[in-house]
Amino acid sequence: MSSPFIPFQSIAATRRLLRSKEISPVELIEGLGERIRTIDPKIGAYIEHDLETAKKEALNSDLSKPLGGIPIGIKDAITVKGQPCQSASRILDGFTAPYDATAVARLRTSGAVPFGRMNMDEFAMGSSTENSAFHPTRNPWALDRIPGGSSGGSAAAVASGTALATLGSDTGGSIRQPAALCGCVGLKPTYGRVSRYGLIAFASSLDQIGPLTSTVEDSGILLNALAGKDSHDSTSLELPDEDFTAEIGRDLKGLRIGVPREYFVDGMEPGVRSSVDTAVKQLVSLGAEPVEISLPHTEYAVAVYYIIATAEASANLARFDGVRYGRRSSKAKDLLSLYEKTRAEGFGREVKRRIILGTYVLSSGYYDAYYLRAQKVRTLIRRDFDQAFTKVDAIVSPTSPETAFRLGEKTDDPLKMYLADIFTIATNLAGICGLSLPCGFSNRDGVDLPVGLQLLGRPFGESRLLRIGHAYEQSTEWHQRRPVAFT
Amino acid sequence: MPTNEQLKTPHHVLDVPYLARLARLEITAEEAELFGPQLGRILDHVEQMNKLDISGIEPTAHAITVFDVIREDAVTESLPKETILANAPHNANGLFVVPKVLD
Repeated sequence: MSSPFIPFQSIAATRRLLRSKEISPVELIEGLGERIRTIDPKIGAYIEHDLETAKKEALNSDLSKPLGGIPIGIKDAITVKGQPCQSASRILDGFTAPYDATAVARLRTSGAVPFGRMNMDEFAMGSSTENSAFHPTRNPWALDRIPGGSSGGSAAAVASGTALATLGSDTGGSIRQPAALCGCVGLKPTYGRVSRYGLIAFASSLDQIGPLTSTVEDSGILLNALAGKDSHDSTSLELPDEDFTAEIGRDLKGLRIGVPREYFVDGMEPGVRSSVDTAVKQLVSLGAEPVEISLPHTEYAVAVYYIIATAEASANLARFDGVRYGRRSSKAKDLLSLYEKTRAEGFGREVKRRIILGTYVLSSGYYDAYYLRAQKVRTLIRRDFDQAFTKVDAIVSPTSPETAFRLGEKTDDPLKMYLADIFTIATNLAGICGLSLPCGFSNRDGVDLPVGLQLLGRPFGESRLLRIGHAYEQSTEWHQRRPVAFT
Repeated sequence: MPTNEQLKTPHHVLDVPYLARLARLEITAEEAELFGPQLGRILDHVEQMNKLDISGIEPTAHAITVFDVIREDAVTESLPKETILANAPHNANGLFVVPKVLD
């Protein structure tokens, strides 16, 4: 019997099938489970998936709700009650989440079924998903290449049709960059839009949960479920209720699109440059007005980010000490060696490297030179965007200066890996929202690989961003392309 | 093959074993040798911040500023003690157990 499940369907389309009873929520989960069993061993997007629990939950789906019966993959940094959650780290071996993250609870309130732990770089530290303690994830478009990171599992699942949509988290580009490299849509909401309660913290002033989807409209549908003030996260904000899909379908006439000269520099992969240039022309042909702008402090973003993010991480990761949860070294002789050995055994290399750097920049005598200075330069970066948004409605750029690289290509050179995040990092430092969506392909080493277009918006300007993204998406056919091996 | 960037000796030198001790992290000699130059090169890159005049600039701790968020001082339900202890590597008598601290 053939499964009624059709891969690569949008949430919007699947919802129609569920409501018209052409497919039941349980059949949908079963079909997805079958698809994961056949496809995912080649990709490794999932750490694991609990089919039986998801089927039980799907049985009680309320199809009248906005996400009734829709399964959503959850990045392993976000807790789902009763399921293991490890941020892809050995230090959380044995940990079962005692509560739902607020983002997950809100998905449930909207009728969705959390299904699957998506692979990621350990503690979201990385741009390739090679730093997972479980296994690397492969890019569905070229299996010898990385899917991006840190939400690489979340992106690769959507791109290979093993998930309708997933949650990721974005600290310096961890939703947008893998979305770009895998050819799907990724939205980083404005800081404060979505509660971080239940998100295992990496850098608290930068982290934000957001959706990865196959269409721009689906991102809006998911943000409708996710957004809102939460008493468990004092940085989540009380804002007027908003339907993030409300502007979708409106044209772009009268909208001004900023083209930052610092984001169109030499050294970019030629196919990325040409795809993005063509996309800007397409936006103009849809009625948008291009405006050249400057974000003069762009060149400092990577430096500022790696000071602030590692400083916050070194403090956040102090909680993993082998006492209250996760693993404990069996070699400990006393309390000090319990901490030191547990952390030595539990953390991977990139995490150790960042903890040490964060400890250095916060240590006595260096705080002013590094951390405080970085916070001041962060102010300058934020002001660049404030100024730009007095002139434009959105900013357009490539999401990443290059397409997917090969596994192992950058693992020996952390600085090189960090510099590839240049276009996404400033967004988090400024706290604004950002969207990545497919805008073409670039031929790299003889392989056609997806290119991402990044749209950046004012704080709390997600609706406008989704309107622009949707208009572009619907006027091109990039979002309908699928990796041949998985169609 | 290592790039030119990788071969360059960094200008910054970090005492990695000392920092690891501060972070309560045991590291191997091999890790110390690897991290030293890698982190040194990252700090060399960070050095470019010094070109900027930041006098009179306020630091940004959070991009979207919120002040004094307080909720109503109402007692709400917490997770049961057993649920929390279930995740502990070692517990007994309703407590977390660690190696002896005082003799």
